Amino acid sequence: MSVKLTASALAIAAVAATSAAARDQVQVAGSSTVLPYASIVAEAFGENFDFPTPVVESGGSSAGLKRFCQGVGTEHTDVANASRKIRDKEIKACAENGVTDIIEVRIGYDGIVFASQLDGPDYSAFTQSDIFNALAPKVMVDGKLVDNPHKKWSDFNADLPAEDILAFIPGTKHGTREVFEEKVVAAGCEATGAFEAMMAAGMSEDDAEDACLEVMSDGRAVDIDGDYTETLASIDANANGIGVFGLAFYENNTDKLKVATMAGVEPSTETISTGEYPVSRPLFFYVKKAHIGVIPGLKEYAEFFVADEIAGPDGPLAEYGLVSDPALVETQDAVAAEKTMGGDS
Amino acid sequence: MTDASLPTDGAKPQSGSLTTLDARTKKRNAAEKRFRAYGVAAIATGITFLFVLLFAILTSGLGAFQQTFLTVPVYLDEAKLDKKGNRNIDDIKKVSTFGYNPLIQKAVLAEVQKAGIETPLTKSKEMKALISASAAGQVRAAVIENPALIGQTVEFKFLASSRVDGYLKDRVKREHLARDKNIDAEHLDIVDGLLEAGVVAKTFNPAFIFGADASESRAEQAGIGVSMLGSLFMMFVVLFLALPLGVAASIYLEEFAPKNRLTDLIEVNISNLAAVPSIVFGILGLAVFIQFMHLPQSAPLVGGLVLTLMTLPTIIISTRASLKSVPPSIRDAALGVGASKMQSVFHHVLPLAAPGILTGTIIGLAQALGETAPLLLIGMVGYIASNAPDGIASGLLDPNSAMPAQIYEWAKRADPAYYERAWGGIIILLIFLISMNTLAVILRRRFERRW
Repeated sequence: MSVKLTASALAIAAVAATSAAARDQVQVAGSSTVLPYASIVAEAFGENFDFPTPVVESGGSSAGLKRFCQGVGTEHTDVANASRKIRDKEIKACAENGVTDIIEVRIGYDGIVFASQLDGPDYSAFTQSDIFNALAPKVMVDGKLVDNPHKKWSDFNADLPAEDILAFIPGTKHGTREVFEEKVVAAGCEATGAFEAMMAAGMSEDDAEDACLEVMSDGRAVDIDGDYTETLASIDANANGIGVFGLAFYENNTDKLKVATMAGVEPSTETISTGEYPVSRPLFFYVKKAHIGVIPGLKEYAEFFVADEIAGPDGPLAEYGLVSDPALVETQDAVAAEKTMGGDS
Repeated sequence: MTDASLPTDGAKPQSGSLTTLDARTKKRNAAEKRFRAYGVAAIATGITFLFVLLFAILTSGLGAFQQTFLTVPVYLDEAKLDKKGNRNIDDIKKVSTFGYNPLIQKAVLAEVQKAGIETPLTKSKEMKALISASAAGQVRAAVIENPALIGQTVEFKFLASSRVDGYLKDRVKREHLARDKNIDAEHLDIVDGLLEAGVVAKTFNPAFIFGADASESRAEQAGIGVSMLGSLFMMFVVLFLALPLGVAASIYLEEFAPKNRLTDLIEVNISNLAAVPSIVFGILGLAVFIQFMHLPQSAPLVGGLVLTLMTLPTIIISTRASLKSVPPSIRDAALGVGASKMQSVFHHVLPLAAPGILTGTIIGLAQALGETAPLLLIGMVGYIASNAPDGIASGLLDPNSAMPAQIYEWAKRADPAYYERAWGGIIILLIFLISMNTLAVILRRRFERRW
């Protein structure tokens, strides 16, 4: 009896396997920063079109692009969300697996903010130099490059509270980390003169640039590999901590967090779109051109994502916290024309 | 030996009376008392934790079963929804949800003015913060289903936005509004007025139990229903694969297989497999079922296959235990009256072992139902459970999530309203687990035979 049952169960599985070839919904994976936007679009897409609602997974920009680059065919994802530009290395990996025609779509900009517990110490204004002085292993003190002697924020900037330095920063698998390193730590490195001092000390330019991105690993900078909710929980537990968040996440949790200005500019969709607020980055998604026409609704999804009513300044994405792209019209044209990367752009 | 060696010289016996305790007995008794106290303390701590946990789950999660609704009559303007006036379904479909929003906002504003609420907000666009973004889709779906509604005034029951809902549930407090760009005090004044007028009401929300997941901007719309179906289909796969495979394997190993090194090795490895962390099965499933066999991603079929691998050792171990507990006299008697080995197993041993096997299977299923880690790797975590399956094939193959994965996903999201839903989801999951375990206990009580 059991043997027969097992055999029939296996037969069912085998039949299922053969009929699995067709897929009728768009499959998306990638950045957890882009996930909220992609899910809002996917939901509205399902509501307004006869296609099924696309499936959106997260897991980080790098993981998403890796899956995207695994090959062409319905068992691979159609779209990769990324909170950074695709790297040359990844384009090469894609090409090796036959994924050659990739359409790059920039959906808008996201601000990265520094926030702390609402009732915690008065962290209200930072500059890139402050963050660098707090977290870098080697900093400038009295014109000399020394091992970081700072323990409290007030050690190097009297305007900051006398609290132990503790920062929760995005882990290396997040696209946000790159922006944090380049636009905050490296900028602070140059502003404090540490970069020049390193060059003067005989480092090559590349080495000095790399050294500028480093943060200390003695526990004062904590890598958060999970989502912003994990950062929020860490902030909740540590009154003296500051955390790195996306603007949209902060705006959804203003009852628990207060935000600090960066170089004197308060983060908001306005200051980011004008470029005043220094720490922002573009968000992208990448479409596999070979899947357009194979997966129903893929092109419509891409076009819908960048349509004025969705990604425009009054659309639901901007409402959630995305800073809409001033060059959205060009993006719309590029998607309509299925313009691939490196093709004619 | 008739004369026992009782002391006869009248000297005091060394051990003393039985009714007065000597120091050593007192010490031993005290040690026993202490040990009992430790035991009671341990149990009390456990019960306290259980109650704290239950209390936390219930207080945080019960709110998710209620939702705030606005009942609003909406005038479905022909000039907006069917410009040509020919009721052609294709033309009506061209009006996207964005075309419906102004009608809904106007209708809400009309209600506000009808209720006589004094407010500085007089533009219909400013009503947007009150209603869920799902309202437009709701009206559009109703119109497409029945185009005859166009031109009429139809009453709709809309979800209120998650902030309004949070205000009625004491999650959104007025003192925190200053920096909240989603809603402000004027809107909450309107909510207070509408609440009095009976337009806004907080009622039981079946959509939380039966509905689909929603995007990050619509926490109020999200439900666990579709992922519940995903879990159900996975459990079917597990049941139909793991039960026959597990039972067949254990019958063979227990009743037929020769005892040699090979079967010993197999036995040891089955016990070891039961202790393998579930994430390992997840990555195995990714490699074998998705990358090698090309089964679809995020499909409950694959989830079920992975969970089958995880549940098999549990079922084999419990089945073998219950087969072992059937006394050999039953087998001997069957063989003695001329039954073949197989007849003795299937006619006599298996029926007697069935309650134990079922109990083990149900416990294994309950374990699989609560498993999240392997599902992470096969793509069942994310914004997935948004399409309800329309049949068995689509239930198995279309992307879906599972209950624990859905809870994990909600707990990650930014809107605090999702946090409440995560707890609510835990309540539902716990109800499932408790009823499955109760069923296992009942089966064991009713049918188990002791020898």
